[in-house]
Amino acid sequence: MSGRKIGDVILELQNISLRFGGVKALTDISFDVREHEVRAIIGPNGAGKSSMLNVINGVYHPQEGRINFRGEERRKMEPHMAATQGIARTFQNIALFKGMTVLDNVMTGRNTKMKANFLEQAIRIGRAGREEMEHRKKVEEVIDFLEIQHIRKTPVGRLPYGLQKRVELARALAAEPSMLLLDEPMAGMNVEEKQDMCRFILDVNDQFGTTIVLIEHDMAVVMDISDRVVVLDYGKKIGDGTPDEVRNNPEVISAYLGVSH
Amino acid sequence: MQFFIEVLVAGLLSGVLYSLVALGFVLIYKASGVFNFAQGAMVFFAALFFVGFTEVLPRWTGLPVGSSAVFWLAMPLAFFCMVLLAMATERFVLRSLVNQPPITLFMATIGLTYLVEGIAQGVWGANVRGLDLGIEDMPIQWVMDSVGIGVSQFDVFAAGLAAVLVTVLALAFQYTKTGRALRAVADDHQAALSIGIPLQTIWVIVWSVAGFVALVAGLIWGARNGVQFALTFTALKALPVLILGGFTSIPGAILGGLIIGSSEKLAEVYLGEYVGGGIDSWFPYVLALFVLLVRPHGLFGEKHIDRV
Amino acid sequence: MFYREAGQFKTSYAADQQVFPIRQDRIAIVLLLAVAFFVVPVFASEYWMKGIIIPFLIFALAALGLNILTGYAGQLSLGSAAFMAVGAYAAFNFMLRIDGMPLIVAFALGGLSAALVGIAFGLPSLRIKGFYLAVATLAAQFFVVWLLTKVGWFSDNSSSGVITTQAMQIFGYKFETAASKYLLVLSIVVSMAMLAKNMVRGSIGRAWMAVRDMDVAAEVIGIRIMHTKLIAFAVSSFYCGVAGALYAFAYIGTVEPEGFNLDLSFKILFMIIIGGVGSIMGSFLGAAFIVLLPILLDVLVQEFLTSIFPASINSNLQLIVFGGLIIFFLIVEPHGLARLWQIAKEKLRLWPFPH
Repeated sequence: MSGRKIGDVILELQNISLRFGGVKALTDISFDVREHEVRAIIGPNGAGKSSMLNVINGVYHPQEGRINFRGEERRKMEPHMAATQGIARTFQNIALFKGMTVLDNVMTGRNTKMKANFLEQAIRIGRAGREEMEHRKKVEEVIDFLEIQHIRKTPVGRLPYGLQKRVELARALAAEPSMLLLDEPMAGMNVEEKQDMCRFILDVNDQFGTTIVLIEHDMAVVMDISDRVVVLDYGKKIGDGTPDEVRNNPEVISAYLGVSH
Repeated sequence: MQFFIEVLVAGLLSGVLYSLVALGFVLIYKASGVFNFAQGAMVFFAALFFVGFTEVLPRWTGLPVGSSAVFWLAMPLAFFCMVLLAMATERFVLRSLVNQPPITLFMATIGLTYLVEGIAQGVWGANVRGLDLGIEDMPIQWVMDSVGIGVSQFDVFAAGLAAVLVTVLALAFQYTKTGRALRAVADDHQAALSIGIPLQTIWVIVWSVAGFVALVAGLIWGARNGVQFALTFTALKALPVLILGGFTSIPGAILGGLIIGSSEKLAEVYLGEYVGGGIDSWFPYVLALFVLLVRPHGLFGEKHIDRV
Repeated sequence: MFYREAGQFKTSYAADQQVFPIRQDRIAIVLLLAVAFFVVPVFASEYWMKGIIIPFLIFALAALGLNILTGYAGQLSLGSAAFMAVGAYAAFNFMLRIDGMPLIVAFALGGLSAALVGIAFGLPSLRIKGFYLAVATLAAQFFVVWLLTKVGWFSDNSSSGVITTQAMQIFGYKFETAASKYLLVLSIVVSMAMLAKNMVRGSIGRAWMAVRDMDVAAEVIGIRIMHTKLIAFAVSSFYCGVAGALYAFAYIGTVEPEGFNLDLSFKILFMIIIGGVGSIMGSFLGAAFIVLLPILLDVLVQEFLTSIFPASINSNLQLIVFGGLIIFFLIVEPHGLARLWQIAKEKLRLWPFPH
């Protein structure tokens, strides 16, 4: 459970439906997210969880429904808009820029905050040079926070999976987001790495008050750190509430375990 | 009106030639996922080797120059060289670049283009040569007489040959065991390997078949325009054809070729006079560009949905 | 033992982010520039300066341009020669039609014209990717060459579009000797290379690489794809345009549109493949390689091989060697000479120890 005081609703999804050709990924989904909380989205494989995150930050555009973020209601989100409004995310299959170092990857997270244009950067005197230094400082704070100083000059392609996930988190944090969307941040990690990742996520929520929406399969983690949980199955919502409420919901149980005949 | 039809028909028939080159592209792309920029060079290579053999065979075998015996001997010899080329390409280029991104393979085929040209000319010299297939580039008499339109019998012959080739290939892909294997490989290399399809053999087969198509294309083009270096770059026009027809569709290559061939000729004749001519150097590409703007994956191409 | 970093600690981010953080590198580059500016013009022969070093610098600039577009931003372009042509012809026209046009301004305007054309042909890249984009750039290549040939205005109504560039002079000083031309070209190329290096390590460079590596993720973190791609096209074409202007004014003197054909575009592409995509130094290494290779082959053929092979082997040998080398580099070291150089430096850091 997070120690932060949970605020008002900052994100509301109303009747979201998403289709790819004939395949219905999401059907009539509605739920909300409160500021400063840790909201988990769970469900069996193929339930539409990643698609849900993609709708929230604009990678997919729903055919029906509305998204209300910070009071502004929209039919759909655009990725760039989501980024400038303070939504950052990580991906299920790590979306790092393989050709760059860790430092450069995390620096790209600061891109929306850099004001100097490319001509100023070419000459690199004055505003452009100063900005690079200022943002480098901020990035180093994030790198410190996630304990990846020792690999900052390593090309990300060479890093082990667990560290790559951490770098992706660093890149998302570098943008100083108010809401963080995490898509299976602990997938493929061993127990120690999971503990570290949990610690980081809770620290982020604690220290910076960042709202967290996360998709996770590890039930122990979900029950432990979330304030509220949404459960999806075959693109529909079948549960919404605190971890305890959801744990005892018969529909949720049958979705995961199957109904005995 | 008559003139328009003549130009249109001539364009359609020249489009058939583009289709032949595009066909080679499609075969290779379908089966090995490689965008073979060197296809045009292969056409040149095939034509040059064929002509070279027709020149050299009389000396080796004592057969009379220009006889049909020489002609029919030169064909399999030239094809054999295409097979050798296919094997060398598979062994030294494809195998070494197996896991590289498509763009790397594409750039390798650009290098291959230069290599193939250099070898062909190195062996046979760089003189322009004529190629005589025994069919005159004259209007067909009865068409002229009945509807008053001049249609070259050479063009018709070429179109007919291409039609036969395409039909045979399409049928082979659909109904033979090898054709099925080729389609499997095109779909998913790993899966094909896991059911025991010998990937490397398939690639040699495909590149050889593409080589055969290149040979046919080379013979027709060479007879039309002479066998020369410029053939390589004229064959670049097959690229807009592929954009229209899609990279993986045999009927698409035909349709695309016909559209490009006819539009290019029509544009040159009707628009060219206002701007000084020479439009055909860029028209197909600009046409392809506009098509791409509307449909970024070509007219018949497949759309990729990136899973994030 | 010479190339050790031991003891060179960085105490500020500024120090860490220098272009040449290792002291030995800094010394080397200062020496190199000193030799280039002071030693070469005095001691190099005219043949070398005019026939080898000046074209090397000009092609390095063009390769730099293409590297920005294809190497850093990941947009494959087969039309770089067309942008060189625009630069050359634009500079020529500005000098011709505006009295008292300063030379450097004409070059810059040539670059800007090329940049505008680059943006125009770069617009499709917002929808089109990969090979498809390559075909679109081919459209640019063929169309531009055709336009410059057909529309007489561009070449002051000379037949087949041939132009002879004006003599170069700045504030009355005439650039007539090979040494003076060399120094002019060197100054322009070195300054533009520095600007490129700054861009590439700034946020625009990171944005380019992000778009190249995974544009969906780049969009998600707030990078404006359209903006980034168009800037890449603009900057790249500017560099090619200036290179084209230098090509016409400081190297060949008389050019025609056909001289900026597809073959030249391929040559520049080969330079960045062999030299190293995504590397400033790679552009220089690749240009040097491609400029020097034909000369080397010529010498080889003349000295050793004429006895064995017929004369026609020479020009074909070039084709074979180029083609073969491209394939070789793509297989063995896809990151080109620049990576080999890096590996050599890393080995040097350990020398005389093996690891």
